[in-house]
Amino acid sequence: MSVEKPERYIGGEFNAVMKDQAEVRFCLAFPDIYEIGMSNLGLQILYGMFNAWEDIACERVFSPWTDLDRILREKDIPLFALESQKPVKDFDFLGISLSYEMAYTNILQLLDLSHIPLHAKDRTWDNPLVIGGGLCTCNPEPVAEFFDLFYLGEGEISYRRLFDVYKEARKEGLSREAFLLRAAQIPGIYVPSLYEATYNDDGTLASFSPLKDEVPGTVSKDEVPDTVSKTLVTDFAESYYPEKPVIPFAKATQDRIVLEIQRGCIRGCRFCQAGFVYRPLREKPLARVSALADELIKNTGYEEISLSSLSSSDYDALPDLLGRLMEVCPERGINISLPSLRIDAFSLDVMNKVQDVKKSSLTFAPEAGSQRMRDIINKGLTEEEILSGASEAFAGGWNKVKLYFMLGLPLEEEEDIKGITHLSEKIARAFYDIPKEKRNGKCEITVSTSFFVPKPFTPFQWAPMNDAETFLKKAYMVKSEIRSMRNQKSIRYKYHEAYVSVLEGVLARGDRRLAAVIEAAYKNGAMFDAWGETFRQDAWENAFTSCGTDPGFYVFRDRDLSELLPWDFIDVGVTKSFLKREWQKAKEGVVTPNCREACQGCGAKKYGCGVCYETAV
Amino acid sequence: MRLRFKFSKNGLLKYVSHLDVMRYFQKVMRRCEVDVAFSGGFSPHMIMSFALPLGVGMTSDGEYFDLDVNSAPHAEKLLAKMNATQAEGFQILSVCRVPEEKAAKCMSVVAASDYLLGFDGPLPADFNEIIDGFLAQAAVEIVKKTKRHEELTDIRPWIYELRLQPDNRLYLLLSAGSVHHLKPELVWSSLCDYAKREDLPRISAVHRIDLYAGTRDAFVPLSSLGEEF
Repeated sequence: MSVEKPERYIGGEFNAVMKDQAEVRFCLAFPDIYEIGMSNLGLQILYGMFNAWEDIACERVFSPWTDLDRILREKDIPLFALESQKPVKDFDFLGISLSYEMAYTNILQLLDLSHIPLHAKDRTWDNPLVIGGGLCTCNPEPVAEFFDLFYLGEGEISYRRLFDVYKEARKEGLSREAFLLRAAQIPGIYVPSLYEATYNDDGTLASFSPLKDEVPGTVSKDEVPDTVSKTLVTDFAESYYPEKPVIPFAKATQDRIVLEIQRGCIRGCRFCQAGFVYRPLREKPLARVSALADELIKNTGYEEISLSSLSSSDYDALPDLLGRLMEVCPERGINISLPSLRIDAFSLDVMNKVQDVKKSSLTFAPEAGSQRMRDIINKGLTEEEILSGASEAFAGGWNKVKLYFMLGLPLEEEEDIKGITHLSEKIARAFYDIPKEKRNGKCEITVSTSFFVPKPFTPFQWAPMNDAETFLKKAYMVKSEIRSMRNQKSIRYKYHEAYVSVLEGVLARGDRRLAAVIEAAYKNGAMFDAWGETFRQDAWENAFTSCGTDPGFYVFRDRDLSELLPWDFIDVGVTKSFLKREWQKAKEGVVTPNCREACQGCGAKKYGCGVCYETAV
Repeated sequence: MRLRFKFSKNGLLKYVSHLDVMRYFQKVMRRCEVDVAFSGGFSPHMIMSFALPLGVGMTSDGEYFDLDVNSAPHAEKLLAKMNATQAEGFQILSVCRVPEEKAAKCMSVVAASDYLLGFDGPLPADFNEIIDGFLAQAAVEIVKKTKRHEELTDIRPWIYELRLQPDNRLYLLLSAGSVHHLKPELVWSSLCDYAKREDLPRISAVHRIDLYAGTRDAFVPLSSLGEEF
């Protein structure tokens, strides 16, 4: 009996923290394989922060791949944490990252393999408290039944308080219910069992509110908030950042230093959930970023450093920062990588300097093929900017370009779809317009389309989604249109899995009733749904049928603006009225200026920090 | 100049693959700010070569790699610095300076390796007699499969030592390296075939003790081929 890549399960990596004893034992879990989970910045932040506290011991666990999964089930071995190799079920907390919807069945895998009851209501003090965190807690409702608590927002803020409340509760001998009631008072903590949802005849949500009946405890249920507010780091300049991240032996997806230079985004692209829920934009000052870079280089030994943010070009001190990194990195043989950079003369110049002689491919994300559509999604990027960026890159010796688009955006028409092809063709022509002796061989353009999934807390949260058939029809339209182009040989086309996208849409905007479907799909064998090779469409289809749930209800409807949405009880900063205004402007094709150009009163100003308080230059 | 490092790999690290051990030590070098010499060309890399890859699942107290550097601090200082930044289970045991000729490379000079095999149960009381009988054979033939055909190979000349230790472990000194590389598990399985006994335990641990250069009458550890610096 052998297991592929056993390194995934042994722990003991450089910078891993081994604590024998601590008052509170927390197991951080990522519902995907080790190489993916270890690349998650949030996990590294929480791991470092928790272990810096004397009374907390934090360990890690990841989804065992199907080979180890089978062995654990056959031999009835409970899933173990990496550091101590002790069972996950014996920890005080099991914290599971909700980073993407398609990992939901793996949450059940983690619980199941750990021998922890799947449903929160079946757990006692003999089980860990299962807490969820991460981007998908924007709408935790589809998985609410499986969690005792959720942490909404940025983890740096409330965990200290949660642990203190927990320690106190255990000392006092409080019941689990009474502890949860107390925890629900902590900013950012959402206890789903304290809330009740009722539904209208048409299936839409009728009400969502705290349960009012008495439960023995020291806090009355009246104090459970109607609205749960996310937590946000207001002192981003000084907030905790892991200077000694764990260095995997195995090659992780992010096999490099990840240095977060800012959080949030000023752009307001209407499809982008992260762009709204991490508002306002907060920058880490140059001095701190430089100091962190020095520490991280010293403490990790990585040969590459990557600046992380949603839009690096918007970082104010970017030229200074790159100048500083240029002084320390190349002489040590360290590469600098700059994802999410706008392609223009400045960035090309930078890339020429920081990356090694091999010219890797350049990535553009126009997201939509026509200007009309780019205006609808508020992607402030014009065709001229894309073409001039590409031309400069080609003249600079690059010949590989990747282009990312979405199909099925709201209000999409045939011309917008064909626009994807036409823009790609224009980029190819821009290459061949360069005199032969000045360009570098042949050009290779890779066009990728994903299928648009409307997400909560975006202006498109009310928008209907295309069905799988329509998606595929649109993909074929792009494909055949490319074939008719003069430079078709220079253009490669890839598109995503359509059914998986629809499923992601269902889970993203779903409600509590979906828990039964997720559980049924898991029991039918669904797991690692984000991995093409392991995705089982039949497991999901059968789950919807056996639960009598119509997935279309969650995705194909035009949601009314007055509808109570399952995630409306969460306050993420941006207000519903702002999102409504943006949805209206999208319909009119009106572009919204970015945060630095003109404040749109989105609601994030109430946090009292970041770009909202920048003094105009 | 070329340095030769000897290191140990123990505990759960036995599951770390050879390729990842290489990547790991490259990071150690960066963390210790060793003045490594990089290869030229489009993608410069450290000039690092390992003596003999250790199979996944095995522990070792005698692993080696050579590394080219531009300059180096005093050996003791370098050792202390490197051992201060190791994952538990890795330890640098020694470092010496070796000649830069191709023929002196650690991977070229390996001639033998010794191992300890651990078992999941006790070896029978008369096991020494089995060993004696096994070694007294004129030839120990095994079937070697190649892509096209199967052939019989005599491994007896490559078994230099084989004896039972008081702690129920088996000590083996075997030919190793690029000419005749003999795996300890293979010796065990032919020993089992020879013994035809039901009461033999199974291997539970394979530990490499050291790697040697030289000839059968005078094996020397790879670490002794260099000079202090």
